[in-house]
Amino acid sequence: MSTETSPTSSVEMTSSSAAHSPDNPAPVIQPPRARTGRAPRSTRTNFEMYGWLFMRLSGIVLVVLVLGHLVIQLVLDGGVSRIGFAFVAGRWASPFWQFWDLLMLWLAMLHGANGMRTIINDYSERDNTRFWLKMVLYTATVFTVLLGTLVIFTFDPNIR
Amino acid sequence: MSTATVETPPQDAVPAASHLITVTFRLRRFNPEVSAEAAWVDYPLEIDPKERVLDALHKIKWEIDGTLTFRRSCAHGICGSDAMRINGRNRLACKTLIKDINPEKPITVEPIKGLAVLKDLVVDMEPFFQAYRDVMPFLITTGNEPTRERLQSPEDRERFDDTTKCILCAACTTSCPVFWNDGQYFGPAAIVNAHRFIFDSRDEGGEQRLEILNEKDGVWRCRTTFNCTDACPRGIEVTKAIQEVKRALITRRF
Ligand code: HEM
Ligand code: SF4
Ligand code: FES
Repeated sequence: MSTETSPTSSVEMTSSSAAHSPDNPAPVIQPPRARTGRAPRSTRTNFEMYGWLFMRLSGIVLVVLVLGHLVIQLVLDGGVSRIGFAFVAGRWASPFWQFWDLLMLWLAMLHGANGMRTIINDYSERDNTRFWLKMVLYTATVFTVLLGTLVIFTFDPNIR
Repeated sequence: MSTATVETPPQDAVPAASHLITVTFRLRRFNPEVSAEAAWVDYPLEIDPKERVLDALHKIKWEIDGTLTFRRSCAHGICGSDAMRINGRNRLACKTLIKDINPEKPITVEPIKGLAVLKDLVVDMEPFFQAYRDVMPFLITTGNEPTRERLQSPEDRERFDDTTKCILCAACTTSCPVFWNDGQYFGPAAIVNAHRFIFDSRDEGGEQRLEILNEKDGVWRCRTTFNCTDACPRGIEVTKAIQEVKRALITRRF
C-alpha cells in the first residue's frame, strides 16, 4: 500500500506509472472471497447455532473451572512451588478433582477448538488452506482430549 | 489552493472571507486504467467549516480535478449513495459537517472497505446487494389477497420500526471485521432488512428468512463488535437487530 502524498498542484495520476493505459489496464483488486452469486444451498441443520450457544455456556462454566484451577495451582498455600508428581497424585486420588479436571479438559479443548474453527473460517482465503488447517486442528483436539481422558482415568500414583 | 473565478479577479484579495478556513482533504485515489496502486492525494481547500464533506468533494471535482469519482444522488442523507470512510469511520459524506471532524488535521476520505474498489471512492456494490436479495426483502403472504389494506396495530408496527429506516448505504456491512475477512458473510445490512420482515406481523415468510440466516454465513458469524451500530448514519441499533434474530432462532428451537 502506497501512502505517498503529493500537493494538489501536481495531481497528474498518469505521471507516476505510465506502464498502464486504457489498452493495458492494471488488474482490479478483488477483496478476499467475494460473495458468490447465490447463497449456498441450505443445510437445514442448527450446527452453527449450537456452536454459538456452546461457546457461551461452556464459557460460563469455564470461568469457575479455570479460575478455580488457577487459584488452587498457583495461589493457595505455597502456589507453584509445591506442584509436583505427589501434588497431582494427591488431588487425583479424589473423584471430585478427577471430574473437575476431566470437565475442564473437555470444555476448554472443545471451546478452544471451536474458537479456532471460527478464526480459520474468518482468515483462510482458499478452500484448500481452510480444509487442511481444520484437519490439523481437529486432529490435535481429538488427540489431546483422548490422551488427557486416558491419563485421568488410568493414572497410577505408584508408577516408578 | 484557491481557484480564481470571474467574479474574484485577484485571488489574494478575497475580502470578507473570514468564515473560510483552509482544510486539507486527503483522498484515496485509484484508477485501474492508470495504476494498480492506490495513492493518497492532498487537496488543500478554502472552505466554510459549516459545509459538508460532500461539498468539499464537489469543490474538488468541479473546480480542481474533474477525474475524481464518487457516488452521490440526493445529497441529503436519503439515498445512501455516498457512504465512505472519513477519518477512518464509515459515514455519509452528505451528513458529515467539516467542523465536526477536526478540520485542523488533514481529513482522510477513502472508499468503504471489503468491496472491490472500481475507481477512487466507487466500490462494486453487487456482493452487498446480492446478500440483500438473498434474505428476500419483500412481503411474503399466503392465501387470497385482501380487498383492503393489511392492517396492523401500532404496537405491531413499533416492533420493527427501527429496521425500516435502512437506506442500504452499506456503512454497517463495510465496517464489520467479519465481512472484511470473508465476504460470504451476509453482513449487518442484510440482517437488518431480514429483521424488518421477520418481525412484521403481516409477513408470513419469517420462517424461510430465519432458515437462511441460520446457515453457516448467517447471524452466527456476528461477533458483537458493535462497529455496525456505530457506523449507521440512520442511528439504527444494528447489533441489537442481529441479536434479536439470534434470539428468535434460539427460542424457535427451545
Ligand atoms: C475463562 C472463561 C472463558 C469464557 C467466559 C470464554 C468465553 C468465550 C466466548 C463467549 C467466546 C465467543 C466469542 C464470540 O463468538 O464473539 C469465546 C471465543 C473463544 N474462546 Fe473463550 N472463553 C473462556 C475461556 C477460554 C479458554 C480457556 C480458551 C482456550 C482453550 C478459549 C479460547 C477461545 C477462542 C480461541 C475463541 C474464539 C475467538 C474468536 O471468536 O475470535 N476461551 N470465548
Ligand atoms: S443499517 Fe444503517 S448503516 Fe447499514 S445499510 Fe442500513 S442505513 Fe446503512
Ligand atoms: S447523497 Fe444520498 S445519502 Fe448522501
